[in-house]
Amino acid sequence: MKQDHTKLTREDLLNGRRPGQRATILAPKGEDPERERQEIVFKEEAERRLDLADVRHRLAGKEGDAFWQSLEELSENPEFTELMAKEFPRLAPEMSAVDRRGFLKLMGASLAMAGLTACTRQPSERIVPYVRAPEEFVPGKSTFFASAMPMAGYAMGLLAESHMGRPTKVEGNPDHPASLGASDAMMQASVLGLYDPDRSQSVKSEGRESSWENLRNALQAQLAAQANVQGTGLRILTETITSPSQAHMIKAVLDKFPRAKWVQYDAVSRDNSRAGAKQAFGDYVDTVYHFDKADVVLSLDADFLGAGPAHVRYARDFSSRRNVVVDGTKMNRLYTIESVPSLTGANADHRLPMRSSDIESFVRALARELGIDAPGTDLTGEQAEWVQAVADDLRAHRGSALVVVGERQPAVVHAIAHAINEALEGPGNTLSHIEPVEARPEDQHSGLRELVDDMDADNVRILLMLDTNPLFSAPADLEFAGRLEKVPLSIHLGLHEDETGRAGTWHVPMAHYLEGWGDARAYDGTISIIQPLIAPLYDGRTMQELLALLIDRADVSAYDLVKDYWRERGVGEVFDNAWRRALHDGLIEGSASPDKSVSATTSFPAQDARADGLELVFTVDDAVWDGRFANNGWLQEMPRGLSKLTWDNVVMLAPSTAEELGLSNGDMVELAHEGRSVKGPIWVQPGHAKDSVSVQLGYGRRHGGAVGADVGFDVYPLRTSDTPWFAPGATLTATGERYRLATTQRHHRMEGLADRRLVRVASLEQFLSNPEFAHDYAPEPTESMFPPYDYSQGYQWGMTINLNTCIGCNACLVACQSENNIPVVGKEEVAMGREMHWIRIDRYYAGDLDAPDTHVQPVPCMHCEKAPCEPVCPVGATLHSADGLNQMVYNRCVGTRYCANNCPYKVRRFNFYQYADETTPQLKLLRNPNVTVRTRGVMEKCTYCIQRISKKRIAAERDHRKIRDGELLTACQQACPTRAIVFGDINDPDSEVSRMKAQPLNYGLLAELNVRPRTTYLAKVKNGNPVLAKGGAV
Amino acid sequence: MAKDAKFREEALGQVDDMLAPGQTFASIDRDITDLVLTKKAPKAWWVALFVSGILLGFLMLAITGLFFYGLGIWGINAPVGWGIAIVNMVWWIGIGHAGTLISAILFLFGQDWRVSINRFAEAMTIFAVSAAGLFPVLHLGRPWLVYWFFPYPNTLGMWPQFRSPLMWDVFAITAYVLTSAMFWYLGMIPDLAAMRDRAKLKIQKVLYGIHALGWRGSALHWHRYEVAYTLFAGLATPLVVSVHSIVALDFATSVIPGWHTTIFPPYFVAGAVFSGFAMVLTLLIPIRRVYRLEKFITLRHIDNMAKIMFANGLIVFYGYLNEVFFGWYSAHEFEMYMIWNRMTGPYAWSFWALIFCNGVVPQLLWLKRIRTHTIALFIISIIINIGMWLERFVIVVTSLHRDFLPSSWGMYMPTFWDWALYLGSIGFFAFALLLFIRWVPMISIFEVKEVNHKHNH
Repeated sequence: MKQDHTKLTREDLLNGRRPGQRATILAPKGEDPERERQEIVFKEEAERRLDLADVRHRLAGKEGDAFWQSLEELSENPEFTELMAKEFPRLAPEMSAVDRRGFLKLMGASLAMAGLTACTRQPSERIVPYVRAPEEFVPGKSTFFASAMPMAGYAMGLLAESHMGRPTKVEGNPDHPASLGASDAMMQASVLGLYDPDRSQSVKSEGRESSWENLRNALQAQLAAQANVQGTGLRILTETITSPSQAHMIKAVLDKFPRAKWVQYDAVSRDNSRAGAKQAFGDYVDTVYHFDKADVVLSLDADFLGAGPAHVRYARDFSSRRNVVVDGTKMNRLYTIESVPSLTGANADHRLPMRSSDIESFVRALARELGIDAPGTDLTGEQAEWVQAVADDLRAHRGSALVVVGERQPAVVHAIAHAINEALEGPGNTLSHIEPVEARPEDQHSGLRELVDDMDADNVRILLMLDTNPLFSAPADLEFAGRLEKVPLSIHLGLHEDETGRAGTWHVPMAHYLEGWGDARAYDGTISIIQPLIAPLYDGRTMQELLALLIDRADVSAYDLVKDYWRERGVGEVFDNAWRRALHDGLIEGSASPDKSVSATTSFPAQDARADGLELVFTVDDAVWDGRFANNGWLQEMPRGLSKLTWDNVVMLAPSTAEELGLSNGDMVELAHEGRSVKGPIWVQPGHAKDSVSVQLGYGRRHGGAVGADVGFDVYPLRTSDTPWFAPGATLTATGERYRLATTQRHHRMEGLADRRLVRVASLEQFLSNPEFAHDYAPEPTESMFPPYDYSQGYQWGMTINLNTCIGCNACLVACQSENNIPVVGKEEVAMGREMHWIRIDRYYAGDLDAPDTHVQPVPCMHCEKAPCEPVCPVGATLHSADGLNQMVYNRCVGTRYCANNCPYKVRRFNFYQYADETTPQLKLLRNPNVTVRTRGVMEKCTYCIQRISKKRIAAERDHRKIRDGELLTACQQACPTRAIVFGDINDPDSEVSRMKAQPLNYGLLAELNVRPRTTYLAKVKNGNPVLAKGGAV
Repeated sequence: MAKDAKFREEALGQVDDMLAPGQTFASIDRDITDLVLTKKAPKAWWVALFVSGILLGFLMLAITGLFFYGLGIWGINAPVGWGIAIVNMVWWIGIGHAGTLISAILFLFGQDWRVSINRFAEAMTIFAVSAAGLFPVLHLGRPWLVYWFFPYPNTLGMWPQFRSPLMWDVFAITAYVLTSAMFWYLGMIPDLAAMRDRAKLKIQKVLYGIHALGWRGSALHWHRYEVAYTLFAGLATPLVVSVHSIVALDFATSVIPGWHTTIFPPYFVAGAVFSGFAMVLTLLIPIRRVYRLEKFITLRHIDNMAKIMFANGLIVFYGYLNEVFFGWYSAHEFEMYMIWNRMTGPYAWSFWALIFCNGVVPQLLWLKRIRTHTIALFIISIIINIGMWLERFVIVVTSLHRDFLPSSWGMYMPTFWDWALYLGSIGFFAFALLLFIRWVPMISIFEVKEVNHKHNH
């Protein structure tokens, strides 16, 4: 009896549906589309058979009541669920990571992945093979499913890897325009978010356990009252919505309750660019940039390489023009003007630190230079010089020049930039204007203000807060928390029972994007269907499911809610084919937003008076974004872009400002602005604009998980709806306290040792006159006492990392962590210097402290041919393989750490404690089954993803062929947005990696030690403007 | 002036003697065996035993904590993978060297004055090497697998990796500790027999009797003994050089600036002898006073030991200068930076303290007055012990903490647990030594008698 139960639910899991849902198709994705399409057909047939078999099975069963009760369970009959919930009160979901026993109990259900989390009975697990194995389900073989991750409303296309029904890793979707096969750190870390043990696990009412049924009843009672007044008291608050089905359901609610209102609010607000477009064109327009076509780019406070819905794509496009030496294309030139050092600034040919408040003056001056009527205040000498130089350069590249403005800048700067781009003949060349991707573009801040006023006036009776956390992230002046108390029925839907989840009257756990059906649009409008890979672990619901309660569609499954929407839209001629195709490809072809023909105004009103004094700037955090990823250990431990800090946010300022104020790293300060203040530690950031302090959003979370709680300090209390991004008039007061910050890189320069030449850089002119410049220093020895190994048979792996294209974005680092089961060690251990990352991004500064050149350099294991780690191990736990890998045998390692001491690159990582969590059941599900989980006392390091090599080798040997070049990607390589990492067989002279290694720019880091590193670097070439000598090319 | 004259009388009067005048076989026998057999332990012994017992408790605590929590309780990290555990290991092994040098090398060179101190020094060697042996095991990530270091037949079909200097260490240290222990025991057999014969209590008779291995003092016994002892001395002599040379190779064969130095093996051996003699002096001077052993351990012994210590100290100091010189002369930026960092970096205090302890202070030993002034020598020997510990700290830590890539540079600070283990090892050493002087004649009776016979008759 029980066996039936388990088996059926397991099959449900395989089919990616909740128990009782109709069978659905999950389209696997792989290298061979033709074969896969066939497989899909087979799969569908298999599923049909499977359903029949189920029926037969049920009929055959003569077990009586128990059997039928089980079926009710399976069909998720609401009454039954209710009963179960009452009979077996759920365990408090607040258990911290310490309470293992509680987790074990709680996870009984999700271990079996029955989806029946209401049931505390632990389903029996039988260690028996399937009698009839479902198609595509080969133990040990992973399958890929195309889906998309919604990030602040926008879709990032991805392929999710599933091992025996568990999503363990995501990769970019090569067909998706926002990804092109690459990914970013947040996307990589989202898998950990799925298994987060701190996710909310049950519906709660006033902080107490409740049920979906109770919620439904409570809501119905209130809705009945609202129906009479056309929904006057009903409000829906969401983040930006691009999802067509979500928007459709919200519209259906608004149709039913015409006087209800829908409000969107994103803490990382795009209001400025929306308003800028409206000011320039008179209408909402989205702008899509084509960096691959731009010869000259001016970035104004914009971090287009590091953040935003298109940053992965933009990084690819941008870097495709940095490869002059490798592929002969014309090299682009990037000018960056920004207050807070960003990845974009670090990759600029010329970077000018400038207060965010001063950028408007600059852009106005630039516009005037280009014949646009934009009166503005005067500039300093250096700024004027820059205007002249940049304007000349832009003018000289009409049709291939591009000006990009960051969200932080006010609307008028965006509008002027639109005018400049138009003057430079950008539209149609370096950028396109398209119909807005958002379902309803609007000024979000005014919408939120209106909502808060309504709440204050007791006009709001029902407030739905869907996948948003306004209590934490709403502007401080709106005093959302106090006003929420006035709302009699407020329902929060979210992954965590966060600040808002605790304050509202109801909290509903949300299905993670890997658990629920949905859809979303990418930056260019391309639509992706989001398909689940696993039944909800914690009884989560999708936004559509919750909205369905309001429009009497509560009995429709989340799957049907999405599918029906698209069926009604009639995509394609035969819907089923189109649907299957969309699921398989991960996007709906041709669904990008159409171009919009607009023309920008060229006359702008005079500038407001410039405000001097210390400016306060808010920045989006590299790791936690607006706070939503605060409970993600991978992201918290990811060294932040340029500061290399982990587990904290800081008050950043320029070295010169710090000197003036007598502050240094780790000094606690009180940062005050307009009567509000917060306390945080100082971080002196080379390259920061003077008279400017910046703080990162998203820290100091009070609720929403044990990992992120009380990490850093909350800066939202400083942020008002008038000045969401920057404002002058901040004051800093040292409190005299000190604070310990954990950074992974304590030394920022190449320590005055120019000869070290760790990152080798030249200007384009220098390179052209001396292509071998990378070899001018420290000639690489060619002789060795030991005879070379004969690699002529088989493979010989090698890697190159192109420093021209690497932007230092950390995607590789988190991808590696996800692929290789790398543990999180926590702030204290990082501060001790014990982080475990197998690949790290070194960052060096050169030149002036206040305006340095920044260089990034990813460092994985070099797999030295004459590896110094190998001969020193007394037990032979690290060895060389016949295909050139420097291998680490965990089982043999006794932990002398001699290898790590003797590694010149210090890439070896030691398990000082039992870092890998071996007890939390959810985290077991997360792991890559092909990679050993390391125990205490064992050394580990980059393996060149040996599990991937083996997988491809087995596949190739089966076909009696060699592994094809490009067939095998390491995790870091696959994630890399700019394809800076190339891996392959260096025995094959035609492989991409061999071609890279043949470049004159190729050099080995510390190769003078004669260790023969297999990972080599391509030296960096910068394309400086000769006119701007300062902040020059090298 | 008067003080000077008195000093000369006291000091110089005895310097040429290996033993105080007026001793007979019977008095020697009595004086040495009574310390063990009849006299009560002095109060100082009990105090020392109590203190070392407490320190031994630290050892238990440190090991328990280590096995329970893992290596993370120490201050080690990346890049400093070896901390003071390895510093302590090298330090203890170095200390051990004096014993073997005194009993083997000086024996072969016919230096008779060694007889008053060789038993004690050898005991010190064995306990120091045992203390040293704790560390390579405890510093492993998975210490329960330490047997993998040994080339034993196994189902894994695995040999250890013979290219690794840690492997060589295993052989060198094992051979050293076994040879030293056997040498020590062999040299003790005639004395154990003497103890058996003089014992009053039954238990003493039985225990000493068992350990005397039936020694009856026949001419054949003596003949066999002399041959075996000489052979052992020959066997132990190369070990004096090899052990610390091989420990030095742990560092010298690596690629790390500050470790990768060909001068290390001889310089480590000299350092070992230096620290070994310093430790012998540190221990013998108070023991000599407490047990009134001035007639056996004369100022001549003290002076001789100070001379050997001083000579080796000069070699070591020359080694430091050499390292600095070759750091600069290499014109290799990493080597140059390493030296510069040692002298001016965050651990500069340890470097300059080292120079003070091992370079400056020993210069006092040029003066005979200092060499024969026990209190001054005691203080100097302690300073040298500290200096030799600092030397290993400088080598291990300052080389690792900043090597090639500045991105990976870090700092290392020992934690409570690091210190607890160090103090614990001192406790272990002292405890064992105290038991030794309580239960075994700490001065070789028959050899002293032999020397007394040779020189006084």
